[in-house]
Amino acid sequence: MLKTIAAAMLISAAAIVAAHAEEGGKVTIVTSFSKDVTDPFKAGFEAANPGYTLDVQNKSTSSGVKYVDETKGNNQTDLFWASAPDAFDSLKSRKLLTKFKPSVTGLPEKVGSYPVNDPDGFYFGFAASGYGIMSNDRYLEANEIPKPAEWGDLTKPQYYDHVAIAAPSRSGTTHLTIETILQGEGWDKGWGTLKGIGGNLQQVTERSFGVPDAVNSGQTGIGIVIDFFAFSAQASGFPVSFAYPSVTTVVPANVGIVANAPNQKGAEAFVNYLLSEKGQTVLLEPTIRRLPINPALYEKAPEGFPNPFKDQRFQSMITFDADVSKKRTDVVDTLFDQLISFQLDKLKGATKAIHAAEEALAKSDNAEARGLLQEARSLIAAMPITAEQAASQEIRDAFTGGEQKTARQAELEQQWAAFAAEKYAAAQTKAEAALGLID
Amino acid sequence: MASVAAIPINRISAKPGQVAAVALIALFLAVFLVIPAGTVIYTAFTEKGTGALTIVNFLDFFRTKLFQQSFFNSVYVSAMSVVWGTLIALPLAVLTTRFEFRGSLLIQTLGFIPLIMPPFVGAVAMQLLFGRNGTVNLLLNDWFGFRIPFMEGLNGVIFVQSLHYFPFILINLSTSLRNIDRSMEEAAQNLGSSGFRLFRRIVFPLAMPGYLAGASLVFVKVFDDLATPLLLNVKDMLAPQAYLRVTSVGLTDPMGYVISVILIVVSIFAMWLSAVAMRGKDYSTVQRGGGGLSKRPLSRGEAVLAYGVVGLILLLVLSPHIGLLLLSLATVWSFSPLPDGFTVAHYTRVFGESSLYIKNTLIYASLAGLIDVIVGGAIAYLVLRTKVIGRHWLDWAATAALAIPGVVLGIGYLRTFYGISLPDGTPLATLWVMVVMALAIRRLPYALRACYAALQQVSQSLEEAAENLGATKQCTIRRIVLPLMTGGLLAGFVTSFSTAAVELSATLMLIQSNSDAPIAYGLYVFMQSPAGRGPGAALGVIAVIMVAACTLLSHYVVERRQKTLGMNK
Repeated sequence: MLKTIAAAMLISAAAIVAAHAEEGGKVTIVTSFSKDVTDPFKAGFEAANPGYTLDVQNKSTSSGVKYVDETKGNNQTDLFWASAPDAFDSLKSRKLLTKFKPSVTGLPEKVGSYPVNDPDGFYFGFAASGYGIMSNDRYLEANEIPKPAEWGDLTKPQYYDHVAIAAPSRSGTTHLTIETILQGEGWDKGWGTLKGIGGNLQQVTERSFGVPDAVNSGQTGIGIVIDFFAFSAQASGFPVSFAYPSVTTVVPANVGIVANAPNQKGAEAFVNYLLSEKGQTVLLEPTIRRLPINPALYEKAPEGFPNPFKDQRFQSMITFDADVSKKRTDVVDTLFDQLISFQLDKLKGATKAIHAAEEALAKSDNAEARGLLQEARSLIAAMPITAEQAASQEIRDAFTGGEQKTARQAELEQQWAAFAAEKYAAAQTKAEAALGLID
Repeated sequence: MASVAAIPINRISAKPGQVAAVALIALFLAVFLVIPAGTVIYTAFTEKGTGALTIVNFLDFFRTKLFQQSFFNSVYVSAMSVVWGTLIALPLAVLTTRFEFRGSLLIQTLGFIPLIMPPFVGAVAMQLLFGRNGTVNLLLNDWFGFRIPFMEGLNGVIFVQSLHYFPFILINLSTSLRNIDRSMEEAAQNLGSSGFRLFRRIVFPLAMPGYLAGASLVFVKVFDDLATPLLLNVKDMLAPQAYLRVTSVGLTDPMGYVISVILIVVSIFAMWLSAVAMRGKDYSTVQRGGGGLSKRPLSRGEAVLAYGVVGLILLLVLSPHIGLLLLSLATVWSFSPLPDGFTVAHYTRVFGESSLYIKNTLIYASLAGLIDVIVGGAIAYLVLRTKVIGRHWLDWAATAALAIPGVVLGIGYLRTFYGISLPDGTPLATLWVMVVMALAIRRLPYALRACYAALQQVSQSLEEAAENLGATKQCTIRRIVLPLMTGGLLAGFVTSFSTAAVELSATLMLIQSNSDAPIAYGLYVFMQSPAGRGPGAALGVIAVIMVAACTLLSHYVVERRQKTLGMNK
């Protein structure tokens, strides 16, 4: 044993000597993107800007934000590069980003209805992403269910236990999807749709990539994801499809220069490269497949690649109001967690009972049962707070610890959870009673 | 090792020396565990917004139904995992130590591999085999029209956790069984005891320190583990609740830290309970080095049965790794019992980079294991052999490390060490040594339990005899205690080493550049895209093989050593 340990110590001593040798024009970038995305960009950037090396540090978006925040006193990071605009908003509000004006000009100001860049110039969109529904063809065929096209489809009984979503409190991109549905359909109707989908969920994952992963491997049939997850999976040979529902939005994925960047010049060079035609072309690689922000590039895109600047379906998309979204971010995420993620068993139980009663009702009509079923549905749809309350100062302060709070976050969570548990249980009882009437 | 180990041990020789040892270890734990974790966890005791001290958050914890339910679920899952883990580990441990069984060494090594579950890929492989539409269920559904929900709900968590953590019981129990004095068994046989009764009344009780060390580790580890519940999307357990709240973007939610505190308290309580169970009982044996229990040959019928049982258990516990191997060789694997096609392209893709990752992993994990054995051994000695004030606090503090989420420790390290600049201007926290310290702290409880069990089995009368013959305390430790503890120390090193080799959560915060990255980080960057699944799995296979080879080597060394000791006698 002594020998083994001595050998280990020798190895480590050798490593101490060998560690750290490189220096030069190192550009450090913190990103949530996978190696399949960062490797081609690293190669392209270093080829286009000789002398610079790109040092990629992979962190999940939330760890990345925390990391940049915790290390601001002696910052070693030049750039932050990720999908979710809310992460950049969070960085910007904590003064962790710096202003910059890219040298690349002539890029559009809006994609769909969303502004490409931060109006104050702190971060820049380099690719567009739309939200939609990804499905596994083999799974759907084996279960004999059709491909869903709209959010509303996912509330139908045939999709019971076949859908996956990432928790919006964990995934900035899913949060935007939820917010898009709420803005597109309105607070009450939107939550109705979300709870309808919620009743059909098979799983709520804690990472964005958990959803496409589950769909790719066929563990679940349908997932609510960003488009490029599906496109890059298709390019890798997975039997998956993707559809943009009509209520959706296209938002940019961003890059921003971190305040007090140790290599400001290098950081600027990277942003300019990313927005240049060369950099934008990299987005079309099979392992990446994100929508470029430069409209000219769509001519090089593969057959069937969506074009958010031309295709009709993107023009009719709703206007996403970032201010409304920002005001209620924490409330919406917490509501989703407390009403859907953490109450999944109860919600699914009630949903299953309603589906069973509906099926029986379709065969033989019964007015009283129909009434009960209607009550059950409205019990599920009931919300503990209104849209106005969600954006109110009292409730926002409960989450931030501000002065006007009337309750602590933990108290609100308990109230909302209890509210949902009670309503779902009552809904299940009503639906079961309805079924009993029909038999 | 002698030069490093001598530092704490020298000081035990006299009373002031013991105090100094306690102080030294306390300083180590304070700098690398208590202070960094404290900078993060103190949030639990503050009011949101104002930052004033309060305990209202704890009241909120006990008032919230979700947390009550989570607490109950965590206790239930942990207890059941101990039960199932025991059922898996017991036959393997007994058959390989008590019987003349070919391939014992191989089984000891293979039975240990489940601990080395690389992050992310292990999860994907498990789903592909046992998930709702995994191989087993797709076949069952095709043939018989039903599925078994292996991976769903709390039972799914228990299933995966037992498969994953039973090696803690296996390793510690096997070590204990090997250390039992043969004369005890022979005495019982002379008095007419045999078979199951002999095992139940004599052998198993004598192996109790090892079993309890393993079982308490399994309990606490499952209680504090967040990866498995999250992989199965089970959220109503405590550790995932803490994690979800600590790592969300944006605001700081004190409840995440409140849960962390609760996790720490429960973990320490469980360890304390297992210590109480052992109190007042003497499990040490005087005669050592005889190669442990006598090994009985198996009759033909028994052999068939034994090999059958062992084969089945191994097939079950190694299935995630079989799945991993398939995944690393698969082209596309989606909703089908087996992959569509096979390729070695994933291995060629990771080949160039993996040597760097392997080198880093070996350095980090072996240094972490070494630190753990030294500190763990010293703490065990102080607790069991001395009466120095504060020795139990060392034990509890080290144990608390189990309950601190890796990400909390990672943030704590950034907060504590980022402000300190090295001479060249880079922050101390960016030095790779910090990764080693974080890994050592996170894996210290494993080594500590093993050292504890090993020392409990060494009879104090041996040390007293040595001292009566004029040996100094220092000499006694070096010549008597350490050699007799070798098996346990090695078990501790191996557990710390191999689990540190695949640790990710704390490292993800601390890794500052690709050239410092261990293999788990390499895996992480691959496993975020569809095309990266195969290469990620290939890296996972490489990691498992690497760690398994190191384990096999150390088992081999111990086995040979025990043999030579036996012959000398």
